[in-house]
Amino acid sequence: MTLSELKPGSLAIVESVQLSRHGQALAKRLEAMGIVPNRPIRVLRQAWFGGPLHIRVGSTTEIAIRRTEAKMVLIQTNGTTN
Amino acid sequence: MNCHSGTTAIKATKAVKRVALIGMPNTGKSTLFNRLTGATAFVGNWPGVTVDLLQAHININHETVEFVDLPGIYDLNGFSEDEKVVQYFLESFGVDLVIVILNAAQIDRQIRIALQIKALGLPAIILLNMADEAKYYGVEIQVNELSKRLELPVFLLSAKYGRGYERAYREICQKLAESVTTHKITNLKNCLSEKADISVEEMENILTGAVQMPSQIAVNITQQIDRILLHPILGLPLFFAGMFAVFWVVWNVGLPSQDIMDKITGWLQTNAIEPLVSPLPKLAQDFIVNGLWGGLATVASFVPLLVLFFMIMAVLEDSGYLSRSAYLMDAFMAKLGLDGRSFVMQMMGFGCNVPALMGTRVMRSKALRLLTMLVIPFALCAARLQVFVFIIAAVVPNGNGVLVLFSLYLLSFVAAIVTAALFQGVFKNEEPFVLELPPYRVPTLKHVLLRGWGEVKQFLTRASGFITLGCVAVWVVTNLPLGATGLNTIGGQIGQFLSPIMEPIGINPYLTLALLFGVIAKEVVVGSLAVIYGLGADAVTNQIAGTVTFIQAYSFCIFCLLYTPCLTTTATLFNEAKSWKFTLFALAYSFGLAWVASFIFYQSALALGFK
Repeated sequence: MTLSELKPGSLAIVESVQLSRHGQALAKRLEAMGIVPNRPIRVLRQAWFGGPLHIRVGSTTEIAIRRTEAKMVLIQTNGTTN
Repeated sequence: MNCHSGTTAIKATKAVKRVALIGMPNTGKSTLFNRLTGATAFVGNWPGVTVDLLQAHININHETVEFVDLPGIYDLNGFSEDEKVVQYFLESFGVDLVIVILNAAQIDRQIRIALQIKALGLPAIILLNMADEAKYYGVEIQVNELSKRLELPVFLLSAKYGRGYERAYREICQKLAESVTTHKITNLKNCLSEKADISVEEMENILTGAVQMPSQIAVNITQQIDRILLHPILGLPLFFAGMFAVFWVVWNVGLPSQDIMDKITGWLQTNAIEPLVSPLPKLAQDFIVNGLWGGLATVASFVPLLVLFFMIMAVLEDSGYLSRSAYLMDAFMAKLGLDGRSFVMQMMGFGCNVPALMGTRVMRSKALRLLTMLVIPFALCAARLQVFVFIIAAVVPNGNGVLVLFSLYLLSFVAAIVTAALFQGVFKNEEPFVLELPPYRVPTLKHVLLRGWGEVKQFLTRASGFITLGCVAVWVVTNLPLGATGLNTIGGQIGQFLSPIMEPIGINPYLTLALLFGVIAKEVVVGSLAVIYGLGADAVTNQIAGTVTFIQAYSFCIFCLLYTPCLTTTATLFNEAKSWKFTLFALAYSFGLAWVASFIFYQSALALGFK
């Protein structure tokens, strides 16, 4: 599943980042933000009216990301929500 | 050309050694820069570099050393405008030392930039900033081990509070004393692709055993505050309340400060300038007092307002709230091709357009900045408000003035939204919206003051010439030929010449001339009417009430709101966009929009039988 489908409060593990219309640029930026394979990722909240997601990558980085861009991040959940 | 050795070392022939600061955004890079250089920083001139780079000269080991604050980057190998600027800089200008500044709490992802600089073979020192925050999060860093693995000096410090700074500073001095060669990477593209593509494994290899990241973090203050400030229902009302508070401060502290400055320059004018020029011929006197000095006084009146504005901006930015406002407003602003920070600037623009335009620098995407800058001048600023209050008082005698004024504020919003919607395809933001939300931090007074001072210094050095020149030009057209007044001056002739296009929107040549004055500053419009009609202020009110109908006055207000912004705004627009083409386009567009809007209003009102 993709990051945009992850429920607020749930934890997942990053699987990979797909290339999007932004191509390399988005993938590189996400990587620089710490969205790399095997890194834990958590959706803290999502803004209303289709606004961005507030996520935490690893343990100390928090970012806002639009849903269209979150669709490019493939994740794995263990079925556990926290 | 392949990348064998990495850097090309050049025998140091230049007298001044150069140190470049490189790091990600939100790492406290500019705080460190301020600590290193104090208040001496200025915007340097680097051929081919399209963004402003702050630099400063300081004395180390009895020689002058140049420090350059490069823009924050995410990846030395990246594609953003700022990343290209840093690449270009390293390729084109030699450096003696690179200071890589990382947020210690995020070393797990930020170590990449340090590894990239190392791979390029540049002499470097690694500073792990925000050591206090890292400790708070439970990030453990074995500095000596890390230093050994990187083969580079590594220091933990807090640039904001100064802890650990002395040791790092001594190492910088030491490194500079040892440095005999300047390094430049002439084949940077190849070097980056060959050596600087740092994999996740390489990063982990360096960090494992030397750095321990917490697996979970305890609930902290930032999360508690976010629970309220980013709350789905409360978040936006709180944001608007905060914007209102900022607006209130600009209105009640910033704008009166302009009046105080005007009193000071006015006092200087009567007590120093006028006596000084009194031996000169009348025309020369008038030129110096109303042309040159008028220009300088205009510039001076903006100084306290700018200081205040940028102190507020520094607080918003340093505290971490500005990026959260982008999160809150993104759902609406994204549809217009803007982001939440554009909204904050637009709101600030209702106080004064000038600092709002300068404030767009926090947005790093050029397209996003240009679109925001195109929209900001439509914000109904305090100066325009003065004009409207005067005109409304003259032609709308009953209590309906408030409604009229409110409709103009509404129009200001509509013009901004329509403009953004029209041009979002032209100024297309290609940068992904992935914005860091840093933990809440307490801004320090020192940094807030330095920010206010630095911005004003930049404004003074760049805008004063242009503004003074503009004031002189308007003086010329409104005072020549000799002895002419009102419609007989060049300006008045222009007013009459323009009447074929101004008549259809209900604006007579007298008012056209006032609008010409308004190109300097909108505050001048009201005062200029007295000069144009050759009457006292009260008489002007009666004159306008007698000769201008309500719909003509309203059309004048619409035009005044939307047309060419004041000279200071124009100068700032040019300085920020660094493009004549964009500036001229913005001016022509606003003029066109003003005319079309006034025309539609005036002609429909006439057609509906209003007079």
